[in-house]
Amino acid sequence: MESRFLVLFLALTFAVGGLSGCGRDRLVRAEDGAQPPVIEPDVERREIQTAKIDTEDFEVGVFLGQLSVEDFGVNNVAGARLAYHITESYFVELAAGQTETELTSFERLSGAAQLLTDSERDYTYYNVSLGYNIFPGESFIGKNRALNTTTYLIGGVGKTTFAGDDRFTLNVGLGIRIMPLDWLAVHADFRDHIFDIDLLGKEKTSHNMEAHLGVTFFF
Amino acid sequence: MRLVLLVLSLCQLFVAAAAVGAERAPQEVVIDDPYIELHTGPGRGYPVFFVAERGEHVALLKRRTEWFKVKIERGEEGWVHREQLRTTLNLDGEPFDVPDVGFGEYADRRWEVGALYGDFGGANVIALYGARSLTPNLSGEVWVSEVLGRFSDSTVATLNIVHLMYPDWRASPYFTLGAGVIKTSPKATLVATVDREDSLAQAGVGVRTYLTRRFVFRAEYKAHVVFTSRDDNEEVREWKAGFSFFF
Repeated sequence: MESRFLVLFLALTFAVGGLSGCGRDRLVRAEDGAQPPVIEPDVERREIQTAKIDTEDFEVGVFLGQLSVEDFGVNNVAGARLAYHITESYFVELAAGQTETELTSFERLSGAAQLLTDSERDYTYYNVSLGYNIFPGESFIGKNRALNTTTYLIGGVGKTTFAGDDRFTLNVGLGIRIMPLDWLAVHADFRDHIFDIDLLGKEKTSHNMEAHLGVTFFF
Repeated sequence: MRLVLLVLSLCQLFVAAAAVGAERAPQEVVIDDPYIELHTGPGRGYPVFFVAERGEHVALLKRRTEWFKVKIERGEEGWVHREQLRTTLNLDGEPFDVPDVGFGEYADRRWEVGALYGDFGGANVIALYGARSLTPNLSGEVWVSEVLGRFSDSTVATLNIVHLMYPDWRASPYFTLGAGVIKTSPKATLVATVDREDSLAQAGVGVRTYLTRRFVFRAEYKAHVVFTSRDDNEEVREWKAGFSFFF
């Protein structure tokens, strides 16, 4: 085995040495002859600079709306979202939102009894979701104006911080994305945030409906 | 609210970066198919409103997923699917290579971020991680996991080293070792409890599969040993699966 490698190595060394020797020889001869080539190629090379194509797969924006927190009233919600479009059908979304909940009916009627402190009353959430564009197409406003729209189904997991605890939260929903411009979209989104809560004695699953309007930019 | 502000300032940064990138002159190609179809939007549902013929020059303005926004000589702008640009030519007559992210880019990845969801000793876990490839086989990872259980919530932060066994396969097993801290806070509705912080070590196995474009599917099992201040160490098993994105 070893000797075969040796033979191969020597053969390669000779080949490389021989080739470079030949090259030098030919170069010297060309200089000696000093004859002009028969055909002078007259090809103009175009210098093509490949510009990078701007990829706009990310979408970022803010939203405002209403969130109904079970037992704690319907409240204004504000948040932000960042999405990445994987294909024309699928996208992933990271969203976060915040609202301040109001008193429960019990707290209001009893007068003095307070279930939560002020900071516990803040409701914040974040989630990671997968979306699917289910009905892409054009929608018409009047006779001559068409806007690109799509309806999407979305669902995912996340965390809700409310009433002094972090709660694992599922979210499912449906949204409409309207695109007046290539890089601008308006969202109308309906989402159900589902988590278990045992604040009022017995553990129960609470459904918290959210409806919001948002603006996003593609970049 | 701080989170919202943070996200907003990040957005501004990204928009600024995108604006800088857009200043270059667009790439031009020549159509070599009998014709290409221009859609009004980047998707299958948006109608074809114009057709450009073979030999026409087309400027590629931007891209979204598999669709390219183009401007043809006559001035119309529309969206063309990547498949139809396969047989276009460069201005010097060479076939145009449609830029794409594929398995080759996956093999050369340097950074990766991902989100996984699963079960951590009976509780739900949402985990986010960032990774840096050191060699084709080895990478270093930083994990932050939120464990949301019935009786307590925990935050786990670990540093891991991951060994990918077959980096040139689309689906490859890997194993990992890591160490970090776990901070546990019992639920507010339980009485007389205190938060505690312990260190932990973990070993795991998993599998990762290259899906499409910049996406990877990943599933893993990790066994944790939590070094508690009590007499016995605690052992926790964790299963999770999710997606990651490389760049």
